[in-house]
Amino acid sequence: MAARDQVATAEAGTDLSLGVPPELAGQKGKGTAGASPWRLAGRRLKRNKAALAFGVLFLVLVGVCLAAPIYSSSIANRTASDQPASDETATDNGEEVLVVGLDGIPIGPTWEKEYFLGADSSGRDVAVRLLYGGRNSLLIGSLAALGTILMGVALGLLAGYFRGWVDGVISRIMDVIWSFPVILIGIALGTALALGGLDLGDFSFGLIPITIAGDSLAIPIMIIAVVYIPYLARPIRGQVLALREKEFVEAARAQGMGSFRIMFGEILPNVVTTLIVFFPLLIANAILLEAALSFLGAGVRAPNPSWGTMINDGVDRIVTAPTLAIVPGAMLVLTVLSLNVFGDGVRDALDPRAKVRIDH
Amino acid sequence: MARFVTRRIVSMLFVMFAVSVLTFLIFNVIPNGDPAVRMAGKQPTEEQIEEIREEWSFDKSIPEQYVVTMEKLFTGDMISYFTQLDVVDEIIKGIPRTLSLAIGAALIWMAFGVGLGLFTAMRAGKISDTLLTVLALIGISMPVFWVGALMNHYLGFELGIFPNGGYVEFSESPVDWAYHLILPWTALSILFIGVYSRVLRSNVLDTINEDYVRTARAKGLSERRVLFKHVLRNSLIPVVTLWGLDFAVVIGGGAILTETVFGLQGVGQYAADAIGQLDVPPILAVTMFGAFFVVFVNAIVDIGYAALDPRIRLESDSASA
Repeated sequence: MAARDQVATAEAGTDLSLGVPPELAGQKGKGTAGASPWRLAGRRLKRNKAALAFGVLFLVLVGVCLAAPIYSSSIANRTASDQPASDETATDNGEEVLVVGLDGIPIGPTWEKEYFLGADSSGRDVAVRLLYGGRNSLLIGSLAALGTILMGVALGLLAGYFRGWVDGVISRIMDVIWSFPVILIGIALGTALALGGLDLGDFSFGLIPITIAGDSLAIPIMIIAVVYIPYLARPIRGQVLALREKEFVEAARAQGMGSFRIMFGEILPNVVTTLIVFFPLLIANAILLEAALSFLGAGVRAPNPSWGTMINDGVDRIVTAPTLAIVPGAMLVLTVLSLNVFGDGVRDALDPRAKVRIDH
Repeated sequence: MARFVTRRIVSMLFVMFAVSVLTFLIFNVIPNGDPAVRMAGKQPTEEQIEEIREEWSFDKSIPEQYVVTMEKLFTGDMISYFTQLDVVDEIIKGIPRTLSLAIGAALIWMAFGVGLGLFTAMRAGKISDTLLTVLALIGISMPVFWVGALMNHYLGFELGIFPNGGYVEFSESPVDWAYHLILPWTALSILFIGVYSRVLRSNVLDTINEDYVRTARAKGLSERRVLFKHVLRNSLIPVVTLWGLDFAVVIGGGAILTETVFGLQGVGQYAADAIGQLDVPPILAVTMFGAFFVVFVNAIVDIGYAALDPRIRLESDSASA
């Protein structure tokens, strides 16, 4: 895939050094002599106020979602799955109104403690579900991104270090996964695993029979982690191919260090910047993919809330209750945007020349 | 060149074979449980399951099962057990709709992506650049099905400026065809405009510092000529490559969300509608054909690239990749 490689190398950049940019080298007051690349990157990130602000915003959003049980028990007095009796009322604008009207239209935002953002069509508190859904979306996004990083690094290191047939096999597998539109392989796996789940006994040689149920959150996490591996493994492989020829690797080999110690002890620290750059962007894309899969019914399964399933419910009822679609979507956009802006800032700070790009 | 083309086609066929094996494994081997039950959809009877087991050879060895699956896919006798309709026929029915969506959107996102990228690069560091860059980031961060649903509801249903979903054949009325597709085109383009404008902006900013651009300026060319003849032409190459690949992905199933939100009944929506019923055959077929198409276009793009740039075919002739 020469054309793709061309784009990929242009994106990942072949320059692995964290050079001192001229504008910092000449900075008065703070000398750069003796400053580590990390400190320089930190300084560059500190000057990027927009990136920092959005980084803080992301942490706030995570904190708010983590506080879901507190909100649910001490403010809203409802869990994410509590459904009210058919004649239950709530206070909206000083008036008592049915939570779900006789026409089936749920209560809109009351801006009160109860039903702050209104109710969904089954009368469940939207604000409570929004926070619990956020926990699931963020959990899936970050664990999937972590999984991609672990597997992508392992495969990239093996392929780049051993070259030859190991590289051939790994690179061809990456080519094959890359050939599928991300969303298609996602729904393929999502529907195939929905009914019976996954039996990990086959992969652990029957030693540890583990079965993952079809409605488990682990299924979307694994699916999303797998589909993004090529986007990380390919640039890592390219970097390792260059790094393994460097003098410090030769020195390590001359000292009699084993292949795995060289890979993980000597080469891995040199690709860490790439991983740090990829991580926030991977989380952003994983959250978006989770939402897309859940929207199509191949991701998080009911009754688990996630932003994707909430948007799906909302779109079905957009004519009578548009807030049900707007609210979870807005939270999702805010989260993904904050990760993208912060991730951009991190990339500019660590490796100003690289252009990381992840397909959708 | 002939050698390059042959090698590229051989490797394309190999990847296609691997793609078909992986798709087969995803549906029939990796998941837990009886594949015949999965294939039969929701609430099948015992006889139906037995019939499917027989028909798909699920009681035979895995290579045999693979051969039967591929035969069914290409002889067109794969049916959906939920609708009892022929899967390949239904996919063919959806192709003109998916193509209409993809072609219009691809033109829009290329035009706006390049325009915005060039504009922001020219004004790098100014307020308009910052604002548009933020807009591009917002575009990248929005899920297409959410934007699409809101556009459809507010612009289509509430204000009635655009039709609220639906599709009209091009042969019936080209004007109505375009009118019905404006919202889907826009929704699908937003993400790509964001991506392309960012890629082009950084390419232009890299190219501007090249020696040949300085030479062009030094010999007295007008700024306009330098920009379009020297900077843009070179900055466009990677963007055009991306365009080919993204276009293939959109046709190969990437537009599934847009099609579903706007009810276009294209190939993607055919698969999406099957998810709710866990109706496996349509999803299997769309996944496999979609990936085949992407692999095919990849090969075409590579060959086109090699025809334009001899370095590529020399490189890959000498290297083993």
